[in-house]
Amino acid sequence: MRPFAYERAGSLDEAVGLLDRADVPTRLLAGGTNLVDLLKLDVETPELLVDVNHLGLDRIESTAAGGLLVGATVRNSDLAADLRVREQYPVLARALLSAASGQIRNVATTGGNLLQRTRCVYFMDATKPCNKRVPGSGCPAVEGASRELGVLGTSSSCIATHPGDMAVALAVLDAVVHYVTVDGAATLPIGDLHRLPGDAPELDTTLPAGAIITAVEIPPLAFSATSTYRKARDRRSYAFALASVAAAIDVDGDEVRDVRLALGGVSARPWRAHVAEELLRGAPATSDSFHAAAEAELAAATPTDENRFKIDLVTRLVTGTLLELTGSVR
Amino acid sequence: MPPSPTRRPVELEVNGVRHACDLDPRTTVLDALREHLDLTGSKKGCDHGQCGACTVLVDGRRTNSCLVLAVAAEGSSITTIEGLGSEEILHPVQEAFLEHDAFQCGYCTPGQICSAVGMLDEASRGWPSVVSDDLVDPGVLDPDEIRERMSGNLCRCGAYVNIVTAVAAVDA
Repeated sequence: MRPFAYERAGSLDEAVGLLDRADVPTRLLAGGTNLVDLLKLDVETPELLVDVNHLGLDRIESTAAGGLLVGATVRNSDLAADLRVREQYPVLARALLSAASGQIRNVATTGGNLLQRTRCVYFMDATKPCNKRVPGSGCPAVEGASRELGVLGTSSSCIATHPGDMAVALAVLDAVVHYVTVDGAATLPIGDLHRLPGDAPELDTTLPAGAIITAVEIPPLAFSATSTYRKARDRRSYAFALASVAAAIDVDGDEVRDVRLALGGVSARPWRAHVAEELLRGAPATSDSFHAAAEAELAAATPTDENRFKIDLVTRLVTGTLLELTGSVR
Repeated sequence: MPPSPTRRPVELEVNGVRHACDLDPRTTVLDALREHLDLTGSKKGCDHGQCGACTVLVDGRRTNSCLVLAVAAEGSSITTIEGLGSEEILHPVQEAFLEHDAFQCGYCTPGQICSAVGMLDEASRGWPSVVSDDLVDPGVLDPDEIRERMSGNLCRCGAYVNIVTAVAAVDA
C-alpha cells in the first residue's frame, strides 16, 4: 500500500472543498470495502483519502412523490432491511441481499456501491496491462480470462463489467443520482451514470471531477411490488454475478401491460433491456414471448469464446424470472 | 496542502477500553488490534474481506476488520473475540461452539463466533436474507438461512455442519 494522508470531513461543504483544493490524486473513503482492498493491491494509489462517512447522509426519507430518498452513506444492510424497501421494492432488497456477505453489507454504502470498480482479474492485478487502470497499456482480457466479463456494450479496449447488484435493481426503478460539486447540486439518471468503455475505459462514470454523490432517489412505480432479482453465480452465496436479472412486471390478464428489465454481470453498466421491454409491452405473458424478448435483447451481444455461455444463461434467467413474477405476486 | 502521510494519533475503543495509538493511516483495524494492541484473537486469513477470519463487531455490527482503516474507526466501539465473554463465563455462542464441536483447527473460529453474534442480532431485528421467501416476515432461522447468512465466513477444515448446528442451538 502506498502512503496516503487521511482527512475526515465534518460536513458536505468541507468534503467538497477538500476535493476541490486537493493538488494530489484523491479518493473518497466511504465504506471502503472495495477501496481498501484496491489500496492493498496497489490498484488504487491516491495520496489523499477524504473520509465522507460523517456528513449526515445516512438517512432514508420518504419523498412527497411517494418514493424514497436514500442517503449516500446508508449502508447496504440498512437499505435492504428498510420495511419500505422490502414491501415496495423487493427487487432492490433482493439485489442488495444477494450481494457480498453480511459483514460487507454492514459497511458498504449506497454511493460507494455505485462507484465500485470492476473485478476483472487484469484490472485487479497491478502487474498486468489494463486500459482501465493504465490507459493505453492494452487489454489482455479480450484474448484471455474473460469468462466473467462483458458481452454487451464492450469495446476492443475493454470488456470489463460493473460487478454490482444494487445498481441493476436501481436501473429498473429509474433511480436518480444526486450529487454535488463545488458548482452546486445536480442530478443524473442512473442509466446515464455508468459509461460504456469505448476508447476511454479509464472512466467508469459520467460524474464530473470533484463530485460527491449525496443520495439516490427512487421514484414510485405502480407495479414495483411485483419485482425481483435473480443472480447466477459459481457458488450459491458470496460471489459476483456471472449474470443477473432485475425485473418488474405488470400483467393484465394474460397480457404484459408494462415491464422493466435490467441485466447485471454482462456490461460496464447495468444493462437496461429496452429492446426486450418494447417487445414485451402488449405481448402475451408466456414463456415463449419472454424467451423471444430476451433473445432479441442479446442479439447485440459480442461475446468471447469463454463467455459465450452468458447469452443462453441470460435468456433463461430472464424467462425464468418473468415466469416467477407472473406466476405469483411475491 | 494535504497533511503529510505520517503517523498520527488515533484513539481506538476496544472491548470497552480506550487506547491511544500512534498509527500510519494505512493501518487496518485488524493490524491495529494484532500488532499494536496485542489482541491476536482476530485472525488474518485472506486480508481482502473474502474469508471472514478477521470479523469483529463495530458498534455492534459484524465487520471485516481487514477492510476498515483504523483511523476511520476512531469514534467507534469495537468488540473482538476477547471482549465477548470472560474465561470464567463464556459468551453463549462460544459455549455452543464447544458443545457442538464447531471447529477443527480453530483459526477461523473467532471470526465465525463474532459473525454469528452479529448475525443473530440481525435476525432478531427481523432482517431477511436472500433465501427468505417472505422479505417482510423472514420467519425462523433454519439451516438454509444460517448457511446463507454465515457465507462471509470460510472454514478450510470444513466444520460447517457443526457450525450450523451450534448457531442454531444458540438461536433456539
